[in-house]
Amino acid sequence: MCGIVGLFLKDKSLEPRLGDLLSDMLITMTDRGPDSAGLAIYGAAPAGRAKITVQSAQPEEDFEGLADALAERGVEAVVTRKSTHAVIALDASLLEEARTALAEVRPNLRVMGAGERVEIFKEVGLPKDVVTRFGIRAMAGTHGIGHTRMATESAVTTLGAHPFSTGADQCLVHNGSLSNHNNLRRTLARDGMRFETENDSEVAAAYLTAEMEKGKDLGEALGSALDDLDGFFTFVVGTKTGFGVLRDPIACKPAVMAETDRYVAFGSEYRALVNLPGIEEARIWEPEPATVYFWDHEKAA
Amino acid sequence: MPVFDLSKTPLRALNGALHGLGPGTNDTVFEVIHPRGHHAVAVGIDSPVTVEVRGSVGYYCAGMNDGGTVTIHGSAGPGVAENMMSGTVIIEGDASQYAGATGRGGLLVVKGNAASRCGISMKGIDIVVHGSIGHMSAFMGQSGHLVVCGDAGEALGDSLYEAKLFVRGSVKSLGTDCVEKQMRPKHLKKLAELLEKAGVTDAKPEEFRRYGSARKLYNFHIDNADAY
Repeated sequence: MCGIVGLFLKDKSLEPRLGDLLSDMLITMTDRGPDSAGLAIYGAAPAGRAKITVQSAQPEEDFEGLADALAERGVEAVVTRKSTHAVIALDASLLEEARTALAEVRPNLRVMGAGERVEIFKEVGLPKDVVTRFGIRAMAGTHGIGHTRMATESAVTTLGAHPFSTGADQCLVHNGSLSNHNNLRRTLARDGMRFETENDSEVAAAYLTAEMEKGKDLGEALGSALDDLDGFFTFVVGTKTGFGVLRDPIACKPAVMAETDRYVAFGSEYRALVNLPGIEEARIWEPEPATVYFWDHEKAA
Repeated sequence: MPVFDLSKTPLRALNGALHGLGPGTNDTVFEVIHPRGHHAVAVGIDSPVTVEVRGSVGYYCAGMNDGGTVTIHGSAGPGVAENMMSGTVIIEGDASQYAGATGRGGLLVVKGNAASRCGISMKGIDIVVHGSIGHMSAFMGQSGHLVVCGDAGEALGDSLYEAKLFVRGSVKSLGTDCVEKQMRPKHLKKLAELLEKAGVTDAKPEEFRRYGSARKLYNFHIDNADAY
């Protein structure tokens, strides 16, 4: 089944509550999938700074002295540990250098996501445990997405959890299953895309990244996905400033959206939305099949 | 009148009370408040009880209804009034996917819009939608009536058997083996009756078009192989 949620804030006064609101939404969706859970939060972006979220199976060993090890390679960074994850904050110009250095000094670390604003936390287990473990409730931000997984297409592992991030500040959560992901993975890999899992949703994320690298915006990339992806899907996607939703033409995976002057929200089920402020007055609708829904802070401004 | 507040009372207490009603009970009207998108609200009713649900519900509300009258003062999630046997279910807002699926009798009224697969495999239920319906509606419908005052999505009545479909607005496309049929006096009469029962006051039967099965796919015939 899987449960997915998303929240895109328009009202700045709600930003300190993003993590809290999104946590409640995801916990409500727990019974749609108990295997793993994850969230992506788009927080503040000080000019010229960037961050990398990494995960480790041996956090004690891997995070100890990580900042120093990076500094020795010329990468000045602030490492903030959160349970099995750590957020590495650094100058944006050092992002690529840092990834190379990380692969050398801590080859066991897995990069969950990177960019100017996104932080991604995901682990096996229930949403309530994941939320507590990473202190999601205290996190502020402009938008975020979350996922609770019922594993179908690949193993129950941290890497198999959503969100999947395959490009800077991009991430995707998926409810459904794709039928042409193996072929698509081969094509994308030939074009230089790297894959960490056998998961079909990672292919969808990589596909969108590849399309956006061709110069498309998120809305256009989602439009192309309708032509190139086979199978069942409801996608909720985040970019640095944008938030998109797409359902396949059959649209058997559930989706409910709500919009007010203060936010746009997505839930697999209506009950994920019932605690949002002003939900009683929200415009609530079921997204149409094969129709791209897309919001962007920069375009709205 | 028993009132069940689902923000405080477990759903089982509500459904248990509804199932426990004996013949001649004085509890004939139930009110459900704060449903908050709960699944399976008021399922399995088998007595002529009235249930007023104040708010929106999740999956399978009023499923298997046999003789009850359930009104949802909000919207309904997937599978509302699935497999209804008799009685009435009214949704003041919108209905999600497969509203009234496999229903064998009774009346389902959606005052807003219904999403995809409305009335899929309907087997005798009457469904009246004041707004529009989504794709693949009445797929494999076997009997009963589907009345749509707005528009219908793609593949209306795909692989239809004998259900009768009436649409006032546009039909995006007809499914395999579904064709437009002549509206005869008996159809106009039935349609007028259904519109009245469903509280539709702004539509006349003459404004609707009728669709039904071409009956070519009842049995496999090699000449029709391309149509499957």
